[in-house]
Amino acid sequence: MRPVQFKQGWVWIAVLALAIAAPWAFYNYSTGRQSGFVVSMLSQMGMMSILALSYNMLLGQAGLFSLCHATFFGIGGYAAIHFLEMADKGDLPLPLELMPVLAGLSGLGLAIVFGYMATKQRATAFAMITLGIGELMVTAALSFHHFFGGEGGVNADRTIGHSLLGLKYASGIQVYYLILAWTLVSALAMFFLTLTPLGRMANATRDNFERAQFMGYDPRIVRFLQFALSGFFAGIGGGLYAITYEIVTFDALAAPLSANALLMAYIGGSAVFGGPILGAILITLLQSGVSAMSNSWLVYVGVLFIIMVIFAPSGIMGLVMAHRPIVRAGRLFRLALPYLRVAVPGLLTVLGFVGLVELTSFLTIGAAQGKTLVLFGNKIDVHTTLPWLAATLLLCGGGLWLYVEARAFRRAWEGLMLEVSQASAA
Amino acid sequence: MEIVLVSLFNGVVYGMLLFMLASGLTLIFSMMGVLNFAHASIYMIGAYLAFTISQFVGFFPALIIAPILCGLLGAAIEIWGLRRVHHNGHIAELLFTFGLVFIIQRSVQMIWGMLPMAYRVPPSLDFSLFNIYGAHFPAYRGFMLLVSATMLLATWLLLKKTRIGLVIQAALTRPEMVGALGHNVPRVFTTVFAGGCLLAGLAGVIGGNYQTTEPGMAEAVGPIVFVVVVFGGLGSLVGCFIASILMGLIQTFAVVINYSIADMLRPLGLVLTGDNLFTEILTVPVARIGALLPFALMILILLFRPRGLLGTRDT
Repeated sequence: MRPVQFKQGWVWIAVLALAIAAPWAFYNYSTGRQSGFVVSMLSQMGMMSILALSYNMLLGQAGLFSLCHATFFGIGGYAAIHFLEMADKGDLPLPLELMPVLAGLSGLGLAIVFGYMATKQRATAFAMITLGIGELMVTAALSFHHFFGGEGGVNADRTIGHSLLGLKYASGIQVYYLILAWTLVSALAMFFLTLTPLGRMANATRDNFERAQFMGYDPRIVRFLQFALSGFFAGIGGGLYAITYEIVTFDALAAPLSANALLMAYIGGSAVFGGPILGAILITLLQSGVSAMSNSWLVYVGVLFIIMVIFAPSGIMGLVMAHRPIVRAGRLFRLALPYLRVAVPGLLTVLGFVGLVELTSFLTIGAAQGKTLVLFGNKIDVHTTLPWLAATLLLCGGGLWLYVEARAFRRAWEGLMLEVSQASAA
Repeated sequence: MEIVLVSLFNGVVYGMLLFMLASGLTLIFSMMGVLNFAHASIYMIGAYLAFTISQFVGFFPALIIAPILCGLLGAAIEIWGLRRVHHNGHIAELLFTFGLVFIIQRSVQMIWGMLPMAYRVPPSLDFSLFNIYGAHFPAYRGFMLLVSATMLLATWLLLKKTRIGLVIQAALTRPEMVGALGHNVPRVFTTVFAGGCLLAGLAGVIGGNYQTTEPGMAEAVGPIVFVVVVFGGLGSLVGCFIASILMGLIQTFAVVINYSIADMLRPLGLVLTGDNLFTEILTVPVARIGALLPFALMILILLFRPRGLLGTRDT
């Protein structure tokens, strides 16, 4: 990974401006408030961005495949609940704005303990140990009631009446801006970490750990530091989670959330610093948007993920970044036609696939929920052959057509790349 | 006493089931360096397929057909999936099998629904084999032991006594050398992957009606199988066997032990008072934290003996 150039600063500022303005785009004048759904979704995006970015400190920057990242997120959440309770009783004179720091420190503490064990190994063994740690913590959370509250979780009140800015944090929008501020601070901190010697050494041990060893660095120390720091940032995310929802259950440290962190970081693009943010936004949108419409959104995410693993290991951001030389040469327009030619069969294939998945799921899960499939206002009987035939035809025909077009696109792409590189060399 | 004997039998049965899963996984892992996260998902598919097939042709044909289908599925995954991502390194392979878990999980829910299946023990095996202290020992558990022991023997003979077994053994430690000697290593990989999936499928067929066939069964057994593989050590089927039986026994015994650390301290004159996290850890009975023990054991063994029980090299 090359360090992100400061020239791209305007993209960041644009994203930030968008994030600040977003709740006001959904302002409801009749109630005089922002849409609650949108604000909570945006808050979720903020937390997930921190989680995904901190996960990428392991996956993208250090080449470590961790399966217990939610552990540190969750522990930050649990700790924040207990700190909030203490602050509520008056035992802890700390403003709410700084609570995430304590949550982050809790994450850091646990990450130091577990990191000492896990970073003895790397690659596959590391993944297995982290899997074990994750399961260990979930079982512990369900078994011990004092700290974790068992299955019911623990809850607290975030209106502790102690704030730096004199805010009460009773409404969601105030919490959202708190989350946004913390997301910004954490993202900047993590970004500057990539520029430090530690960040560079993490990249080196990822690419060739033997050579890094020969240069006199201990890859294990590098892994350990990276692991501990990523636990710190995950803890901050967990603290924000606790402040937002005011309840933390074992879901906050369970395996599905760890998996989500991985999906967000990878689909967004683990090779580019901003990739995980994009992934977090995308997955959260899918989660809250598509899951309302379809029972099988996880299938789509899974298939998308596998396609990315096979064809685009650098994620969506990586794909976007691949266009940079062409943009710089001012020849992006030459890709318009090839893209269009791929898009048509691509869309047909996706339609066919979605159709088949939905038809299947309506046979079982949908039937159990008593739903019927409605398309363009027409009810579709999933027990007749016609929709199945149409979807299969779309999938197979579209797939074949896509295969042909994809090869043509590849030729066009490679030709253009060659041309651009020759032009820049000349 | 009867509790000990019954738990011992159940532990061995569960351990053998774990071993059928773990042996395939450890073979794949030692040889290809790929930890197949989807291994437990194949186990689940095996159970569901067996349920569906047994509705049409009965349990015993399903016992043969379902594992073969799982093996074919494994071969397909290896040829069209893993081989494509192989050049991107081990992390990419891990990620690939990890993605498969999602897809298989949801696909199973889509095809068979969210509710548990009525996959039952066949009537011809549904009787009590013998009684120990008044407790029945179902014949089906004996049958499970028989199947897994037969499979174990067959795998062992295949690996030790046949030519392909020799090649596989060699490829376990030195895949490049085996390739240099003119063997088709990718095909050996496919064979091993398919074989491992076949074993997982078979475990699913006999485990699906021993436990319940439901969409959560892969998640329930998956982490334990990984613990077994790490605990037993890489490249060692014997270590894997010991670890499987051990984990099976731990899991069944932990459920019936109602003692806590505090109970052991009491004869020493130490009585705990107070109500905080520390006393809770000491007073929680083993039965409540039984699920935690395998993972704690795995972390311990990785700390003090990173290569596992009988491993030949570091994981």
